[in-house]
Amino acid sequence: MRSDRNAPRAPLALKLVVAGGLLFMHFPIAVIALYAFNVEENAFTFPIKGFTLKWFARVFERGDVMESVLLSLQVALLAALIAIVLGTLAALAIYRRQFPGREGINLLFNLPIALPGIITGIALLSSLRLMHLEPSTITIVIGHATFCVVMVYNNVIARLRRMPHSLVEASMDLGADGLQTFRHVILPGMATAVLAGGILAFALSFDEIIVTTFTAGAQRTLPIWLLNQLAKPREMPITNVVALLVTVVTTIPIIAAYRLIAGTEGVEGASK
Amino acid sequence: MNAATMNLAASTMPARPASRGVSNALFGRPRTLLWMLLLPPLAWFLLFYLGPLLALLGQSVLTFDDFSMTVSNELTLANFKALVSDPSNLDIVARTFTMALAVSAACALLGYPIAYYMARYADARMKGLLYVAVMLPMWASYIVKAYAWTVILAKEGLVAWLVSTLGLLPLGDALLALPYVGGNTWSTSHFGRFLVFNYMWLPFMILPIQASIERIAPNLLLASADLGASPAQTFRTVVLPLSVPGIAAGSIFTFCLTFGDFIIPTLVGPSGDFLGTAVYKYQGAIGNMPMAAALTLVPIVVVGAWLWLAKRLGAFDAL
Repeated sequence: MRSDRNAPRAPLALKLVVAGGLLFMHFPIAVIALYAFNVEENAFTFPIKGFTLKWFARVFERGDVMESVLLSLQVALLAALIAIVLGTLAALAIYRRQFPGREGINLLFNLPIALPGIITGIALLSSLRLMHLEPSTITIVIGHATFCVVMVYNNVIARLRRMPHSLVEASMDLGADGLQTFRHVILPGMATAVLAGGILAFALSFDEIIVTTFTAGAQRTLPIWLLNQLAKPREMPITNVVALLVTVVTTIPIIAAYRLIAGTEGVEGASK
Repeated sequence: MNAATMNLAASTMPARPASRGVSNALFGRPRTLLWMLLLPPLAWFLLFYLGPLLALLGQSVLTFDDFSMTVSNELTLANFKALVSDPSNLDIVARTFTMALAVSAACALLGYPIAYYMARYADARMKGLLYVAVMLPMWASYIVKAYAWTVILAKEGLVAWLVSTLGLLPLGDALLALPYVGGNTWSTSHFGRFLVFNYMWLPFMILPIQASIERIAPNLLLASADLGASPAQTFRTVVLPLSVPGIAAGSIFTFCLTFGDFIIPTLVGPSGDFLGTAVYKYQGAIGNMPMAAALTLVPIVVVGAWLWLAKRLGAFDAL
């Protein structure tokens, strides 16, 4: 792609479309940021009449918000940990071996994100009912972990495929046994991909609403709290502040995950 | 030199007879190792995903009594009969399907230029920036984004202000008056809902298209130019066909995500159920799990067909 330097410059019309598209993709978030400082209590009237910081202070006084934040963090952490274990095992099993049913199993791990979340949610809920189990934090975690596995699985499998097998052979030739090769060659090679997958799983879980609607019962994760606010607002401006905080909090891990994946790409490309 | 490397190897990889015994036993039996790795994730998926999914589909042939509002174990095909013959159910399917198609087409149209610019014109630094710029809104909280649009489209909100400030009121009113497009206000119009869906899934379309354009070998473009094709001809006959797998891959997301969504149809747009909202109502408000289960078969079949089609267009090689 280096040869592109001599390529013609992008036509103005294309640049305008790109700029417009990017504006479209970012302006709703900017709007939320703007409204978080809105002085008015009960209106979305534009233009905004004045700005204040008082809603930020109110958020931390609201027990229900803090409870939802803690629940969401707890769920996302557990779901990500389960996803890391299951996704990594699955990737290690699938990536180099041919066996009957391999394609089917690969499809199975991808199915929870291919099929609408409402199906995952309703299936879990109806099974819980059949087993006379009450929705709880555990059931939210189970639902989340199931669709989070794929984030780790796909990330790790992509990394393992790019890792030259000659490294493993070299390790074996030098007298390392299988476990040593795994610990000193494969594990360090895939570690950042596992971590990146885990972070993405965390972010996905922190934000998930559709499956949660079915498995949460009376528990309120942060997205459910936000959804309830939309139906029955109580101190509307708080919603804007929470929405802004959620956006900021999820953005940081995503950039971290992106760097973990992108940072190693060049190295592996060179070793190919 | 040799001795030094050997020492290094010896110090970082101490020979441990016990572990060697275990690992030799395992590597001697790749099948055992395979199943040891595969068993935990597989068990989890059978227990918490496939099992419940099959149980759900099994419930679609049970009987729901409208009077007592209870489910009995009598087997029936009535739910499926209602699915294919009840006009209101057909309406729901048609409404959801049309929206999913429209959103996919619009995302492809808007996403293509952005992906094209990223793949063909942006230098390494710019590409990195654009990549992050597309990823961030994609990963930003779904419910926050949906909420942002209810604020933007609200009565006296930003869109209403923009339309009147720019003197576009007649145009806006005309748009809102269109059947199948408009509605009473921006936030209750089909157009508003369409806009929000587009916004939500656009990044999912951009990234696979970008990847597929990037994969086109530069010498194909040079060859096309050498053979006398104009840039427009090269684009039409070389770049566009070769990026179809990317569009197909993107459409998996835009189509399937629209098809199964039930938050956006609740928050934005006119009344009238989508598949997701209908399933939600059947199981929740009415407690008719058999009908809800039968309805979930529609997205399973349609999404399955879409995946098959996308696979034929090469989508899975583009992902």
